[in-house]
Amino acid sequence: MSLTIKDVEYVANLARLELTAEARERFARQLADVLGYIGKLNELNTENVEPLVNGAAMTNVFRDDRAQASLPREKALANAPEQAKGFYKVPRVIE
Amino acid sequence: MNLVELTGIQLKERIVKREVSARAATEQLFAHIEAHEPRIKAYLTLDMAGALAQAAAVDAKLGRGVQCGKLAGIPVAVKDNMCTAGLKTTCASKILGNFVPPYDAHVVERLKAEDAIIIGKTNLDEFAMGSSTENSGFQVTRNPWDVERIPGGSSGGSAAAIAAAMAFMALGSDTGGSIRQPAALCGVVGLKPTYGRVSRYGLVAFASSLDQIGPITKDVADAALLLAAVGGHDARDSTCADVPVPDYSAELDDLPAHLRIGMPREYFGQGLSPEVRKSIEDALAVYRRLGAEVVDVSLPHTDYAVATYYIVATAEASSNLARYDGVHYGYRTPQKGDIVELFSRSRAEGFGDEVKRRIMLGTYALSSGYYDAYYMKAAKVRQLFKRDFDAAFERVDCIICPTSPTPAFKMGERTANPLEMYLSDIYTISANLAGIPGISIPCGFTAGGLPIGMQILGKHFDEMGVLQVARAFERQATYPRLRPRLAI
Repeated sequence: MSLTIKDVEYVANLARLELTAEARERFARQLADVLGYIGKLNELNTENVEPLVNGAAMTNVFRDDRAQASLPREKALANAPEQAKGFYKVPRVIE
Repeated sequence: MNLVELTGIQLKERIVKREVSARAATEQLFAHIEAHEPRIKAYLTLDMAGALAQAAAVDAKLGRGVQCGKLAGIPVAVKDNMCTAGLKTTCASKILGNFVPPYDAHVVERLKAEDAIIIGKTNLDEFAMGSSTENSGFQVTRNPWDVERIPGGSSGGSAAAIAAAMAFMALGSDTGGSIRQPAALCGVVGLKPTYGRVSRYGLVAFASSLDQIGPITKDVADAALLLAAVGGHDARDSTCADVPVPDYSAELDDLPAHLRIGMPREYFGQGLSPEVRKSIEDALAVYRRLGAEVVDVSLPHTDYAVATYYIVATAEASSNLARYDGVHYGYRTPQKGDIVELFSRSRAEGFGDEVKRRIMLGTYALSSGYYDAYYMKAAKVRQLFKRDFDAAFERVDCIICPTSPTPAFKMGERTANPLEMYLSDIYTISANLAGIPGISIPCGFTAGGLPIGMQILGKHFDEMGVLQVARAFERQATYPRLRPRLAI
């Protein structure tokens, strides 16, 4: 299994991670190792096997659609790196 | 006598009988922590003022003759990936370095409701991703049995704190072995409950279909009590099962008649340290003496566990960790830029290497063109693990095997090669994939004096059976009950 620097750049962009050139190279190597190891799953025939998404047999859980109290605004904003006028503050998005 | 040597239950009995005050016990514990924490580094946050106030409240309640909770006056440590209102919760990540949760996790609410005393938050591998606690963004925790060695991970802080008597009970979380493996390597008890037994509300999510909170304690009786205190239905976690919680403590000393124990041959093959193997085989002999029958079982897909796990867990992690954006809470880059640069740089500067590696792997496994080949393939293989266990549990009541292939390894020994580190969890991961409960209990020592852990796996929601089998060994075992010698 090989992974090009271009592949790493593509995935890093999807994951919103800025990587240094050194990290890109290192991750390309290490991820190729891990993906190579993971390739052993192809030894198994899973043709008629249903996927399992969690370990406990469960059906979907619904709750009543009722209004409930939520965190007050100042508590919700208390950990924000930057806030203004009761909102999260970010760089301008729309020119 | 030094109270710190007591188990949680022994301390509670003395407090409830008013032979000792919760405050005095808490003060003695903090003095012990002050002496040993500089070498062990188990804690990221200690809250002495808060703990003493909670202790005084318990003493006052007892003084008024009010009935106290299951954990009355017991000082408990909480892994730093569970939210504590008003007390920093960092996940050992710089990205949450200053995060103070506005609410308590369900398990923390339960601890408080049962009159436990929360003493602090323990170290972990960043976001619980690791097997040695070396991936912490802040400090490396040492194994109290040998400070040149790792305590295991990711709940290494909780396991080291219990081994060094720096807490009476602790909570950990287990996604691929993160309670059981450090418990084994530190010579303490660690229980991963059935998926859905304990609410994950307020547990910072790593891999939501695998994560489960559980006790790390000095003995099996303490684990039974702590699980009964934190387990049970909570509507805020939609995967938390509405299954009654038995009184584990009441029936703990009963051992099922005609107990059948499965010994999975795949767990005793290549890579298993001979000393660990010998210790488990000796333990099985103890069970035979107690009247149990030990039979061979097969878990044929064991060799694929690590590969399956590293797709499922990283895929879920890449999605769960998308929330760290430098906007809502947590670290924000000081560099100026547009919104995408703000996200990418805050995440690049805030996350450590292992977290980035796993986000990358998970993003890749879920990305267009690879989803079927990786994520869907792994989800199907996951079904095979469940079938393996279902078939085995038709023949046996529980499965006994090693928790970890080796005792605690040296610091730095496996950090250069991520894959080698991942293989530390080879015996613990399958239980998370299938959602079944498992406990690790001490079963002996290596010639070099390092603890060895034995794992007992059970059927879904049969924590009672797992605890009873563990307790039977704890009561009978003939290996020396050593404690780590803590240097001052």
